[in-house]
Amino acid sequence: MSVVFYLLAGVTVLGGLTAVLLKNTVHCALALTVAFAGLALLFLELDAQFAGFAQILVYIGAVAILVVFAILLTRGSETPKDGVFSRTWMAGLVVAAAVFAGLGWAVIQSAQFLPHETGAPPVVTVEQIGNALMGRYVLPLEIVALLLTAALVGAVIVAMHEKGDIK
Amino acid sequence: MVTMLDQIFVLLKHWLVSFLPLELQTPVSVLISVVAIIGTFPALFALTTVLERKGLGRIQNRIGPNRTGPFGILQPIADGIKSLTKEDIVPLSADAVVHFMAPLVLVVAVFMGFAVLPMGRNMELVDMDAGLLFFFAIGASTELSVFMAGWSSRNKYSLLGAMRAVAQMISYEVPLLMSSVAVVMITGSLSLVKIVAAQNQYTWGLPHWYIFTPWGCAGFVMFAVAATAETNRSPFDLPEGESELVAGYFTEYSGFKFALFFLGEYLGMFSISGLGATLFLGGWSAPLQALQFVPSWIWFFSKVMLSIVVLIWIRGTLPRLRQDQLMNFAWKFVLPMTLLNLVDVGLWRFLGEGWIRWVVCSVLMLGAYVLMARAGMRQEHFGPRRYRYADS
Amino acid sequence: MAALLFAIGLAGALTRRNAILVLIGIELMLNAANLNLIAFWRYSPHPELLTGMMFAVFSIAVAAAEAAVGLGLVIQLHRHAHTTDVDQMNRMKG
Repeated sequence: MSVVFYLLAGVTVLGGLTAVLLKNTVHCALALTVAFAGLALLFLELDAQFAGFAQILVYIGAVAILVVFAILLTRGSETPKDGVFSRTWMAGLVVAAAVFAGLGWAVIQSAQFLPHETGAPPVVTVEQIGNALMGRYVLPLEIVALLLTAALVGAVIVAMHEKGDIK
Repeated sequence: MVTMLDQIFVLLKHWLVSFLPLELQTPVSVLISVVAIIGTFPALFALTTVLERKGLGRIQNRIGPNRTGPFGILQPIADGIKSLTKEDIVPLSADAVVHFMAPLVLVVAVFMGFAVLPMGRNMELVDMDAGLLFFFAIGASTELSVFMAGWSSRNKYSLLGAMRAVAQMISYEVPLLMSSVAVVMITGSLSLVKIVAAQNQYTWGLPHWYIFTPWGCAGFVMFAVAATAETNRSPFDLPEGESELVAGYFTEYSGFKFALFFLGEYLGMFSISGLGATLFLGGWSAPLQALQFVPSWIWFFSKVMLSIVVLIWIRGTLPRLRQDQLMNFAWKFVLPMTLLNLVDVGLWRFLGEGWIRWVVCSVLMLGAYVLMARAGMRQEHFGPRRYRYADS
Repeated sequence: MAALLFAIGLAGALTRRNAILVLIGIELMLNAANLNLIAFWRYSPHPELLTGMMFAVFSIAVAAAEAAVGLGLVIQLHRHAHTTDVDQMNRMKG
């Protein structure tokens, strides 16, 4: 586990923590962007180039901007009257701690099943990804395309003004 | 001798690096290339500011700056001194951290985009397998910094300008990507180095640049349109229009930060022109086979400067588009044309060599263009205006 | 580390009032799962099958679609209830 990994992991976790803890919603969204960037760099460090660039392009370039637009349109940037944590925050924390314990235990248990010699890092070219997408993964590709179309149409319809709603 | 002049920067770098022990050689070589990029492009930026002001001046029937040095050459120095010594005003209710970070994020993102452009034979900083994808990913991050700038100023006009700018940039990102996908389809690789190498072949003395093919020509036009919109240049510069919203999303910036935004915008222009030159105009390859003795980096930079001159020319000539006209244009005209361009590329590939594919593909693109333009023009009906207010 | 990120996202999703922050927590969770996928793929015995990377890329696409729909829902909810406070949205009727 190299220095680079710890640095990137620290940045990402810090981004994640600030994203859920800050009072100002827009600051949270920007911290989320930092977390996304840290994750993209982690992907690149794990030799998953395509996933890393796709993460930057999609998440930082689109999802972060979506979140920010939504915050602006719903006036979330004003400080709320009742405080930022919901009434049931204790239960939420307990559940999250339990999930973390469970997941951590599962990960540590599975570490003993890893092969002891990790081979050379796989050099994944985009050509291989293209071949895989068209060959082995063509069904998920088509389904995801259909899903994206449905999501696009659905999001537009959900967020559209209803007729007669315009005063 | 010719190849030595061509590779002079590469050879210089290798010679400098050979003084160091072996472990340090790669990092220092990368560092030297980075410093070279950081030095060259701001110098070009300085030249471009003078070029733009004088060019716009001449188009608008006046002389541009001519007091600082012969032909106003020293104007950038005067501008630089002014920006650096102006008082840095930060509004009291502005969000200080975000306000400070926004220009930094912009400049960092734009500089990272230069890393994959091949500026000459063997002269790219990193030869990534998915270089084009990296470039577009970085371009997507610039929108976020625009929004940060607009929001952190706590100024309604800045926010409005930022929203408009972000909406415009997202809308035009899709045609930009799609017109580049056409090039990728023909080359079979996302690596910019391979794309230039594929265009470096010559038939009867004429190069195989993609702009000389029907789909390449249409693709280049659409890429150019999307690129001007991405960098918020005229005729799409409503977010920064000087007569519209003061200065749009960078209203509240003064002094050095404003200079950084300015730098970021012009560098964005350079990098997108560099990408356009690489994808469609053949990167560093020479226009005629006989002219190959001229070093490759001269060709690259002259193509980039030519694109910049055309951008300045368009800025001085065309009127500004309104926000909804601009979005209409993107989604209803440019995007369908790019999709049709993809079909065109497929046809080109499958019809084999010969003259028939030239005819078929050209007719397809021109016919579609004429039909869509007619359809677009017919929908202009002028009636009483319907207002739609923001609700709740 | 992915587990930590997942737990942080879950905590955020369960404890904040603003509906958009709930969505932010959900996005963090999805990202953490992606990280897990890529990490386990990289050290797996058959990395040339590209399974992990493909799964992660599809997951990114699906997450983007879900974020879009979710935020559209939040906007519509805000129009209806004039607030994004999840504690105040405790009735199903109108």
